[in-house]
Amino acid sequence: MSNIPVELKYTKTHEWVRDEGDGVVSVGITDHAQELLGDLVFVEHPEVGAALTAGSEDGIAVVESVKAASDIYCPINGEVIEINEALADAPETINGDPYESGWIFKLKAVDGEDLEGLMDAEAYAEHCESEDH
Amino acid sequence: MPFIPHTEEEVQQMLAAIGVDSIAQLFDEIPPALRARELSGIPEGMSEMEVGALARARARRDGQAACFIGAGAYDHHIPAAVWELTTRGEFYSAYTPYQAEASQGTLQLLYEYQSMMTALMDMDVSNASLYDGASAVAEAVLMAVRGNRKSKSGRILVPRTLHPAYRKVAQTIVRNQGIELVEVPFDLRSGQLDRAALEKHAGDDFAALVIPQPNFFGMLEPVDELTDWAHANGMLVIGVVNPLAMAVLKPPGQWGREENTGGADIVVGEGQPLGAPISSGGPYFGFMCCSDKLVRQMPGRIIGKTVDLEGKPGYVLTLQAREQHIRRSKATSNICTNQGLLVTAATIHMSLLGAEGLARVAAACHENTDRLVQQLTAIDGVEAVFEGPAFHERVIRLSMPVGEALKGLAAKDVLGGFELSQDYPELGDSLLVCATEVRTGEEIADYAASLAHLMSGYDGN
Repeated sequence: MSNIPVELKYTKTHEWVRDEGDGVVSVGITDHAQELLGDLVFVEHPEVGAALTAGSEDGIAVVESVKAASDIYCPINGEVIEINEALADAPETINGDPYESGWIFKLKAVDGEDLEGLMDAEAYAEHCESEDH
Repeated sequence: MPFIPHTEEEVQQMLAAIGVDSIAQLFDEIPPALRARELSGIPEGMSEMEVGALARARARRDGQAACFIGAGAYDHHIPAAVWELTTRGEFYSAYTPYQAEASQGTLQLLYEYQSMMTALMDMDVSNASLYDGASAVAEAVLMAVRGNRKSKSGRILVPRTLHPAYRKVAQTIVRNQGIELVEVPFDLRSGQLDRAALEKHAGDDFAALVIPQPNFFGMLEPVDELTDWAHANGMLVIGVVNPLAMAVLKPPGQWGREENTGGADIVVGEGQPLGAPISSGGPYFGFMCCSDKLVRQMPGRIIGKTVDLEGKPGYVLTLQAREQHIRRSKATSNICTNQGLLVTAATIHMSLLGAEGLARVAAACHENTDRLVQQLTAIDGVEAVFEGPAFHERVIRLSMPVGEALKGLAAKDVLGGFELSQDYPELGDSLLVCATEVRTGEEIADYAASLAHLMSGYDGN
């Protein structure tokens, strides 16, 4: 059973979102996701300053492991304000600490945008259960 | 691991297991109207002996012509050892090295090939090869569009001096992917890319500029200036080079005068000059090198060196997460193979010649072409079309129809050159001639004498 912190929000595509206050959120991939991917070897970040739209079919970042390359999707509308540079030399940080030092990028949410549309920990746990047929 | 096809007995067992009477029955769902029928008008098959006789008769009609045609495929000397080794069963029958433990020989050779290419081009990374020069250009275009994050236009600047077949193939491959190839004309005096025409695009959004070196006419382009211009305008540089020429010319990794932004970003070309016989156009191989920054956008196989459990060096396919068996529709390309056999020949060829040997071959080609052009332009009615430095090929213009001249020369066992009127009508009766290191002084003199005879005998002269 993977770790799913209760204070965070989640997406169907296995991203977690933490409200940092002032309309800023940090985003990463969940423990469940890093487990499925295996040892991460590379992270392709979005560009700082890029304006991203939630719900788009196109991924905005890529995490690459030894056996797969997975797209990361934008959880809420916003602008990328920071990326986790430490992942360039140590992508495996995501495996060891997916929710803290393994954060991938930070977004400044578009005015009025909130996290209500995202899943809470319980809903995400159920979602993982149903996917794991 | 040997390949053994199913025996008749095994086939019957399998059919019985799935409850089917015959293989034909498995195609029952295909509507009768769509079924393939017996092909009509196909003659009886011939025996091996009859085919051999037919082939020999046809070959005799080819004669022993001296080849002065270049235009992308060159008649070079291939040391006997190259194909003697390449056709050894271990190399000849090796399959794609998916299972590293069973393929160390193949993988090591491909790694050595990649190392040689990065040295020759002075680039960071090489892949394990693509199909040929033309499709390599197409892949480079796709890669530049993906890799140049700052450009959104999907447009690429392509000089008209790039090989016409490469331009056509690139166009075919990229045209339905939202990419536009914009042609840049050439200067009729120098045979190089027209700088003034190029300058008109300064400040516009293009993902890359393609720079051939030498270009299709054999002329050398001012690669440093063009590289700096492209980078200054936010474009990547795709170099399309002759690998032999790189033994004596400045390699693409060093193009440009700017310290940190210099060097081509992607380098591709046709590998045929390195150990592949002309053989009617193929098989050849395409090579591709790129800078470190772009390695994850590079298509094709890439071999990496690593260590095994005991710390001993070993080789593997690496960066596979880009490829389609993992990334599917988001892969860098649909290509999931390479030209292993041709690459084997090229690697052995380069090992035998070494850097010095390659440079000597290149110099000999340059000298021979100079000698050829000198003797040909000494003939009344033959003139060199472009002024400036060139590598092992040049364009000459005749005061008689080129087609006729070539026919007359062929009758004397001379393959005079590549006729340019179809691809470059603006050049009139022009011919692209090439003399590699294989052409002897006698063959060159014979060509000149035959052409002189044809020119003076021509009615219009």
